[in-house]
Amino acid sequence: MSRASQPPRLAVWKFASCDGCQLSLLDCEDQILTLATAIEIAYFPEARRASVHGHYDISLVEGSVTTQHDAERIQEIRGRSRFLITIGACATSGGIQALRNFADVKEYAALVYAHPEYISTLDVSTPISDHVKVDFELRGCPINKGQLIDVLSALLIGRRPITPAQSVCVECKLKGNICILVSQAVPCMGPVTHAGCGALCPSYLRGCYGCFGPKETPNASALSNRLEEIGMNNEAIRRLYSTFNVNATPFREEKERHGT
Amino acid sequence: MTVINVLALDDLQILLENLQEDGYALIAPQLQDGVIIYDQVEGLEALPRGVNDIQTPGGYQTHKTKEPSLFHYVVGPHSWKKFLHLPKLQLWQAKKFSDEICIASSEPASFKAAFIGVRAGEVKAIALQDKVLINSGVVDEAYKIRRDKAFILAVDCARAGGSCFCVSMQSGPSVEGNYDLALTEILTPNHIFLVRSNSEVGEKILKKTPHRPATAEEIRIGQEIVARTAANMGRAMPDTNIANLLSQNLQHPHWDAIASRCLSCANCTMVCPTCFCTTVEDVSDLKMEEFSRERRWDSCFNLDFSYLHGGAARSSVAARYRQWMTHKLSSWVDQFGSSGCVGCGRCITWCPVGIDLTQETQAIYDDQLG
Repeated sequence: MSRASQPPRLAVWKFASCDGCQLSLLDCEDQILTLATAIEIAYFPEARRASVHGHYDISLVEGSVTTQHDAERIQEIRGRSRFLITIGACATSGGIQALRNFADVKEYAALVYAHPEYISTLDVSTPISDHVKVDFELRGCPINKGQLIDVLSALLIGRRPITPAQSVCVECKLKGNICILVSQAVPCMGPVTHAGCGALCPSYLRGCYGCFGPKETPNASALSNRLEEIGMNNEAIRRLYSTFNVNATPFREEKERHGT
Repeated sequence: MTVINVLALDDLQILLENLQEDGYALIAPQLQDGVIIYDQVEGLEALPRGVNDIQTPGGYQTHKTKEPSLFHYVVGPHSWKKFLHLPKLQLWQAKKFSDEICIASSEPASFKAAFIGVRAGEVKAIALQDKVLINSGVVDEAYKIRRDKAFILAVDCARAGGSCFCVSMQSGPSVEGNYDLALTEILTPNHIFLVRSNSEVGEKILKKTPHRPATAEEIRIGQEIVARTAANMGRAMPDTNIANLLSQNLQHPHWDAIASRCLSCANCTMVCPTCFCTTVEDVSDLKMEEFSRERRWDSCFNLDFSYLHGGAARSSVAARYRQWMTHKLSSWVDQFGSSGCVGCGRCITWCPVGIDLTQETQAIYDDQLG
């Protein structure tokens, strides 16, 4: 990974997002100093004022593309990055702001801003992979900081990161959690959602919200049939899929199957 | 002829104390958030009393009864493999010093536990895992070290659950095979436990505990309870050679019908008391100084499970479900000499969409006849 004996150079980029995933990096606390030794944090406006320009070995990209300016900026960043990793639901699927993809952006802007004429925005929010080649996608809203450290550690040594694309259910079962969908009829998206959070919500008897987006080969319609059986109506199911990963294809299709 | 004795409720508490005195940690059923789970307890008072369960495909509920019963619920989502074939296990670790790397095997932690309330199907499931993990050529040391020390206090099922079909898998409801002591819980006229011993260790513990020979009437009541359970199974497998039925129907269109409902979430394999598959993951730190290899439960429902160079061998969900069901009910026989299913019904109850392998087998069987 490194140039000669230099530590690899890292940049952290922000697109349309809430900054939560970048904060996960700052939130690494005990490991952030180790990280700063193992990797040269060359560009990370949220963490340091100084910035190193030029090329980067690793680029972490947070956020989705929502403006023409950003659509051009990601091309430039790709050109300057050896390994580009998207972090979080916005960068990998378009984020909560992709709800605009199913609505009239002008109407939204008129509702929110006193002077909507100042707003220059695209009609849709799109993931980074719609614009440039992405080398690795880290899921989550926000990402799991343990997974982020693992991906960077894996990259440094040249091993496979531990980010299995299996269901959240596997994490529940490894922890010995009881299944709240089966035992309490609590709506839970765990069976169609990508693992990585350590089954955070189900561990507190809350249904999974699907923050990590679709798992590998998800069967959302089969889960919806079950959710209907436990009393959810079309609108409730549509809302369930209309969150952070609404623009991820399997979730979007399931949302659309339940009306507009 | 098995000698049958009687323990009073208080004697059962003394028996547990005797196990603790001999260094056993007690692992027993617990009621947690409305579900029967297995966890460490300090004594008999921690066991759920007067709790029954209602199990349906994809549904589980417990409710209180007025009875003083200790074992009238059937099995929940946990199985004893949680304590024998650990969900997560470190295999080795390594540390890098300035000019060398030291590798150390992670010694499997010794754990001496008594499993309280093990059901007939679970005794059989432990025997099946013994066959796979100890007696098929390669010994899984981490399993063996825990298994060798485990004390099995089994109990005959006094109620059949809605998802149970142990009778059709010839694995219950009466405890047989590898156990130390087995109980039959009797509520009337007095709350007592018939007890039979099946090992030297079991005999030793029983000797230290107050007990008396059972009367012919008590033995008759016990037999009646077990016979009633057997007659009330929630489900049944079709009465045919299932191994042959499935191996002759690998291209049956019904596999696609199941796949349209299957979430490939892996819950069935995680709750199955005989599923034993694992994967390994390599961990390294940011400094590139500390490394380890970690093993965890894996599932044939995960794509990575069949990953070979170029992709997953079983990419369709139909292929993954077929792999699980035909291994469990058919190729397990070729591999290990018996079916891999004990009829506990966990895969039916804990499938979020309620896929029922007895019904799926029946559907393929009916089509053969039709």
